[in-house]
Amino acid sequence: MGLELYLDLLSQPCRAVYIFAKKNGIPFELRTVDLRRGQHLSDAFAQVNPLQKVPVLKDGDFILTESVAILLYLARKYKVPDHWYPRDPQACARVDEYLAWQHTTLRRNCLRALWHKVMLPVFLGEPVSPEMLATTLAELDMALQVLEGKFLQDKAFLIGPHISLADLVAITELMHPVGAGCQVFKGRPKLAAWRQRVEAAVGEVLFQEAHEVILKAKDSQPADPSLKQKMLPKVLAMIQ
Amino acid sequence: MGLELYLDLLSASCRAVYIFAKKNGIPFDFQFVDLLKGHHHSKEYIEINPLRKLPSLRDGKFILSESVAILFYLSRKYSTPSHWYPPDLHGRARVDEFMAWQHTAIQLPMNKMLWMKLLIPMITGDEVPAEKTEQMLAEVKNNLKLFEEKFLQDKMFITGDNISLADLVALVEMMQPMAGNHNVFLNSAKLAEWRMRVELAIGSNLFLEAHDRLVKLAEWDCSTLDPMVKERICDLLQKFK
Repeated sequence: MGLELYLDLLSQPCRAVYIFAKKNGIPFELRTVDLRRGQHLSDAFAQVNPLQKVPVLKDGDFILTESVAILLYLARKYKVPDHWYPRDPQACARVDEYLAWQHTTLRRNCLRALWHKVMLPVFLGEPVSPEMLATTLAELDMALQVLEGKFLQDKAFLIGPHISLADLVAITELMHPVGAGCQVFKGRPKLAAWRQRVEAAVGEVLFQEAHEVILKAKDSQPADPSLKQKMLPKVLAMIQ
Repeated sequence: MGLELYLDLLSASCRAVYIFAKKNGIPFDFQFVDLLKGHHHSKEYIEINPLRKLPSLRDGKFILSESVAILFYLSRKYSTPSHWYPPDLHGRARVDEFMAWQHTAIQLPMNKMLWMKLLIPMITGDEVPAEKTEQMLAEVKNNLKLFEEKFLQDKMFITGDNISLADLVALVEMMQPMAGNHNVFLNSAKLAEWRMRVELAIGSNLFLEAHDRLVKLAEWDCSTLDPMVKERICDLLQKFK
């Protein structure tokens, strides 16, 4: 059994892993874990990942969670082009810095934007107050300011002239609020230009393919009551 | 100008970097940025890190934030013993996995515990609603269980027989609530034993030294707290209510 990737492209970190593997011609078996059907909560999936989250990598007996760890593992094992995770110590440190920063900031805000704007009301039938949504969008705005002002500045990509894991992780995060209908690039020409460059570097076809699911998030079928009951507390814990 | 590390040992992330540098004999200038006095908001520090967070590293013209990035940078530049960040694919991945997971699963809740149990009551005079504290305690308990079952399992350390950056980061973070008199090691012999191993591997003197400011936090006279910092803390309390 070769490399297996347990993914749902609804999830931001799954998209980054999917794009990275495809872009670099890394052969893998796609194991779809349908989050909106609660498949991540099944006993079968708990055997793969007791943390009940995606993405998960399975390479023979070796099981790995956390998209950042998975991306680094793939980059090293399949000896991908240097620009993804440079050998140069300072360039590498810049990628590490971004990947560390984003967990509690951009990642969290993009997740909350999607759930507060679309997924809680549409998928779980839970209303979200306008005040809560406004706060979430304001926090997202602040994270975007840091992304542009501290990380991107006047460079072509986040750490320099070439695309790296940092850009891939960032763009897949930003597509979450885009999928929710937020205009994250409006009034941000620098960020919009960066997005075009990242999409071009990834390849338009692959980028569209990876984002088909999230762009249809607002058409999610409402969860049935028993699934909603199972999922709601976990979702609320995830987005706190 | 040699390596500079901008630190306040009240912060778990700073303790990880401090301990790692000291343990490996990495020469550096300790630039104390006093969180209690609000010095992370000073003009001087904002130039180093506009996000006003600790720790920061300055190596000549190169400035770096985020303790995980700093730890990896130091381990590479100073070629520290390989057990800290194993060169084999699987061992390295285990460290990366923990370092990614800990941001939200360990660091954040452990910090929140300290705020809820000590800092908010001390600074604002108000208690955090019991319901919120109970919720946080349950989250901490659950995540420590996950730590034991998934990351530690029956091994001596997270990657196996030797201490790595993952153990160092995990332990300094789990020490955070101690300042609020909350000892997460009391409920689990396994966790307590792992803690002893990690402390021994680091060296008890260095470990104690690094945690001195934290354990004395309850004695701090918070009337000297910078008013801007106090205001931010009161705002923080609102979020918990």
